Amino acid sequence: MEAIKNFINACAVPSRMFPVIVLLFFFVFPVNSFFEKYNKLFFLDRLWTKKGGIFLFSTLTMFLSIGMLDENFRHTVSKPDNLPIVGLIYASLFFLWVALSQARENDLRLEKNEKPKEWHDSQEKILVWPDLVSIELIAMLFALGFLFTWGILVDAPLEEPANLATSPNPAKAPWYFLALQEMLVYFDPALAGVIFPTLIVVGLMAIPYIDNNHKATGYYTFKERKLAITIFLFGWIILWLFMMVIGTILRGPNWNFYGPFEYWDPHKVEALTNINLSEYLYVIGLNMGLPGNIFIREAPGIFLISLYFIGGGFLLTKTVFKNLFKSLGPLRYSFFLVLLLFATSLPIKMTLRWLFNLKYIVSIPEFFFNI
Amino acid sequence: MLDKLKKLLENIRQTQFVRSIFRMGGGFPRDVRQRMFVMLNNFFMHLHPVRIPKHAIKIKYTWCMGGLSFFIFLVLAVTGMLLMFYYRPTVEFAYGDVMDMNEQVPLGIMREIHRWGAHLMIITVWLHMFRVFMTGSYKPPREFNWVIGVILLLLTMLLSFTGYLLPWDQLAIWGISVGSNMAAASPFAGTEGPGASLLKIGSINFVHKGADARFVLIAGRFIGEAALVRFYVLHCVVLPFTIMIFMAVHFWRVRKDGGISKPL
Ligand code: HEM
Repeated sequence: MEAIKNFINACAVPSRMFPVIVLLFFFVFPVNSFFEKYNKLFFLDRLWTKKGGIFLFSTLTMFLSIGMLDENFRHTVSKPDNLPIVGLIYASLFFLWVALSQARENDLRLEKNEKPKEWHDSQEKILVWPDLVSIELIAMLFALGFLFTWGILVDAPLEEPANLATSPNPAKAPWYFLALQEMLVYFDPALAGVIFPTLIVVGLMAIPYIDNNHKATGYYTFKERKLAITIFLFGWIILWLFMMVIGTILRGPNWNFYGPFEYWDPHKVEALTNINLSEYLYVIGLNMGLPGNIFIREAPGIFLISLYFIGGGFLLTKTVFKNLFKSLGPLRYSFFLVLLLFATSLPIKMTLRWLFNLKYIVSIPEFFFNI
Repeated sequence: MLDKLKKLLENIRQTQFVRSIFRMGGGFPRDVRQRMFVMLNNFFMHLHPVRIPKHAIKIKYTWCMGGLSFFIFLVLAVTGMLLMFYYRPTVEFAYGDVMDMNEQVPLGIMREIHRWGAHLMIITVWLHMFRVFMTGSYKPPREFNWVIGVILLLLTMLLSFTGYLLPWDQLAIWGISVGSNMAAASPFAGTEGPGASLLKIGSINFVHKGADARFVLIAGRFIGEAALVRFYVLHCVVLPFTIMIFMAVHFWRVRKDGGISKPL
């Protein structure tokens, strides 16, 4: 048992778990025919059948309930303020299944040139009283019952009185902000705490104006909106939910990583020190001191960042997004590309950190400017 | 006996008093005509259309998540007002008042309902957004209602954030510290943000610890009495008021944009 737990702890390290999950993601949600082939080959499309749903549900439940036998796991997961996140994991998996199983059904119909299921239902008109109001009443009673049960079973936490002199270790924001706090590991607070959240809000608002595929409205489908759905799900599942779960459950004292079955030892030391690109280049590569002039010092980093946005953008436009560029037009497409490049910069920076212990690509602490 | 009771009820319904309350006389609507009138003649029901396409009431389609978000908001408003009777937003009293709610009130679970309700509302709003995305319901003519939705999402999270400080315990003050420290890193507007040090004339800084984004948020150099009052006012007055206005527009737009999205 210990060996299995240690194995799981070792697998859960973000630098191992993250690439696996990202890879899996693209096979589960195939954007193109290449991934679709393997998706079919490994029966991943069956996840959205009834049996697949039972499989997903029981795997998750099994992991959680076996995990609960472990003291450390139980301790983090059953903190009153962390319970909602367990609920959220279940709920988001369940509703992902609800959405995609209907999408699968509709996609099969659309392939046969039939109308989606919702179209048939929508042909019939019904009266709001009593058909809708009764459902609403039941939903309200159910929600109220759920809240009362939760309120009776679990006391709202109240810790020691506020005291700015003794800080808890780790100091965590509430769980719904922990994807942002987790980003602080990889990015400067200006980016993780202010610029990225702003871009998330702007990006979300921009969705209806960027997506000009106006066809698939009012029914669940995957095939007709592959790219849109894949990008949205990547953001929702990987960049938001996954980061949030890591931040809530797997980060302990000093924001160090702790496996799900690992004791939160406050004296655990992370031996790694992270190095800036400029130090890599001038100190380690060229064996000299850092140049005194900020711009010479940071020129390589600035060059790389520009290369990423301009060169990378250009390359994507010429290759995978060639058709998309045509269909979106220059204005929509530019917005799309900039937002996308910002979003993918997170996994890229994470990878660079794991591979090279890279701290910042551009680091100008003189102006609190770090990328 | 039952007949007599029915007759009595019917008589009560026919009184001038009851008929003046319910514009349709307060009877239980039985035929199609009455069922349509009940929706049209009642202020609260008037939020709804009279007839809708059948797919729109399928739980599989909307998951009820928008409606539940609204309902939980109402629960939070009611429980929140109850909490306000007992809570004083000062460093001296806040913690003790919350402690008393836990320990002195018999069967008191209003604080629990309010706290867990807040968590639940975040989850339902996220899932509602997910459903709207997956059904492609943000597409024309509903683009702007999606934008209003994102604002509602933001307001919901800000409500939770501001409420988190009010118990004035360690969890509260340190949870909020993490957030407010990020404000100090705002570009140009925060002392530790990029560009802030450029905003100066000679040796006079415009952006310093006593005048930056963090200072605006917590009304001081560190989280104290002023921050508590600021968060209290935001949490109990400003944000609920704002979110109600946006919700009203959101619901109105759902109907004006042609009701729940449907396949063509
Ligand atoms: C406080 C939060 C919110 C409340 C109370 C709320 C409430 C509702 C309700 C009751 C509906 C009717 C249909 C349904 O229940 O699904 C609805 C529809 C809609 N909501 Fe929200 N909503 C909220 C947040 C959001 C968010 C975060 C978004 C998206 C970012 C959004 C976008 C929409 C759109 C586009 C529709 C039209 C859907 C359709 O026609 O199928 N709403 N909302």
